[in-house]
Amino acid sequence: METFNFLDKIIGESILSAVLSALLPLIFLIVYALIAILGELKISAWIQERLGPMRTGPYGILQPIAEVVKLLQKEDIVPTNANRLLFNLAPFVMFTGAFAGFAVIPFSPAFAPAHINLGLYYIFAVGAFAVIGIVMGGWASNNKYSLLGAMRSASQMISYEIPGALVVLTAAVLANSLDLQEISLAQSGPFWNWFLFGGPGPWTKIWVIPFTLLLSLIFMITSLAETNRTPFDIPEGESELVGGYHTEYSGMKFAMFFFAEYANMFIVASVLTIVFLGGWNSPFGEFMSGYFWGVFWFTSKAMFIVFLQIWLRWTLPRVRVDQLMFLGWKVLLPFALVCFIVLSLYRILY
Amino acid sequence: MIDYFKSVWAWFHTILIGMKITFTHLFSKKVTIQYPNERYPIPHNAKNRLQLYPDLCNGCMQCARVCPVQCIDVETIRVVPTDPDKPVMGDGTQRKLWVSVYDIDFAKCCFCGLCTTVCPTEAIKHTTDFEYSSYTREGLIYHFSAMSSEQVEQKKKLFEEWSAKEKAAKAGKVAEPSSVEKGEN
Repeated sequence: METFNFLDKIIGESILSAVLSALLPLIFLIVYALIAILGELKISAWIQERLGPMRTGPYGILQPIAEVVKLLQKEDIVPTNANRLLFNLAPFVMFTGAFAGFAVIPFSPAFAPAHINLGLYYIFAVGAFAVIGIVMGGWASNNKYSLLGAMRSASQMISYEIPGALVVLTAAVLANSLDLQEISLAQSGPFWNWFLFGGPGPWTKIWVIPFTLLLSLIFMITSLAETNRTPFDIPEGESELVGGYHTEYSGMKFAMFFFAEYANMFIVASVLTIVFLGGWNSPFGEFMSGYFWGVFWFTSKAMFIVFLQIWLRWTLPRVRVDQLMFLGWKVLLPFALVCFIVLSLYRILY
Repeated sequence: MIDYFKSVWAWFHTILIGMKITFTHLFSKKVTIQYPNERYPIPHNAKNRLQLYPDLCNGCMQCARVCPVQCIDVETIRVVPTDPDKPVMGDGTQRKLWVSVYDIDFAKCCFCGLCTTVCPTEAIKHTTDFEYSSYTREGLIYHFSAMSSEQVEQKKKLFEEWSAKEKAAKAGKVAEPSSVEKGEN
């Protein structure tokens, strides 16, 4: 299956097609964010044996719209002694970082907004924007809780980024590429060709499956840390830091942080999908595969990962800072290193 | 080293156990009762809003006196012998007092139930009704008296006439004792 951008095919490679390619993920992101907010509300309620929102629309499906309208109406407060410029900039930096990640995500063989050959590297690079946004917001708020949250976020980043980067490196080794479309293409075929199950190869590859499973697990954990979600919501722990870095934010700026968190969730879910779950590939080989089915498979796989994140959030308590450090440096890093070495050897030998 | 692997396995394993528990809860029966649409059954002896049955009330005022927050306000008019209605109580006995005013202020009521305990005729009872909130404080004052204002006026007039007659008779009794018997019936 060849890869291309269908907008370039239709209207030719022009500024218009570039703008449309950038707008399409934004529309997708807005719709996705509404669904994810509703999913979060409903799944958390069901896990706690509640019903969740039931009054807005049938079964409360309009609740996310109501929440967005509520946030839009709220008063926008800037603390007197805050650094106004940085305070106002921080949510936008964070959202820009989250949205920039969408630029390289291949939704289908026929659509990746920007087809660059360093996609995986690029996603990790712009993902770090989130931390800049958090540190900016936390410092500019002129509030001890915000600052503590920001500092925790920075310390959290250095402990999860390294095992995460090792996982991504291993994926690059397995696929021989950093291009997300290439990585997806390398896993074409039925589901046992996914990198979750060792990638394509003869049945003798079976001995690497535990290592790839472990790697996907490590990436799942680091992605939770990257999105600042429970059990790694240390920077915004409500019970310790009021709201962490977004304590002083209200109204639309808070909504931007909120939005960026959900966008980040989708970014890491889609990286996990592309690297380990075959991206837009159908799990049944040629059956139900194609340009439109690609969108379906990609979004359903990514949404499943998002569901997993929400599920984990309502299952686990928050870890302490030292526990996160221990997990990052003493558990994830050695395991990821071992997997990296083993899979690199496997790649050389076969 | 072995301890390290054991603890790592324990973390992973316990997370899976926790996820299994939350997954089963995801599909279990929900405990929420969507209140205005569906209600939790209230026991019939629940101590909620008070209700007076005016035909049973004999106007003894014990409830008003025992009330710790003075939320019950009762006024009575004596039933005069010349009353044309010949009122009877709910149990068929002769009524001695008209209950012209019987107000309960539920803003004050503390639902102690003392009024229901002391009531000799069981005229005041707790009901299961708890949804009687009001926008005004006046809306929480319930008027339980069954008498209309004209009726009250009429009975008051009857009583005044009768008591004036009685007074006159008493005054006359000193002078002319025989007339009392006639008036007394």
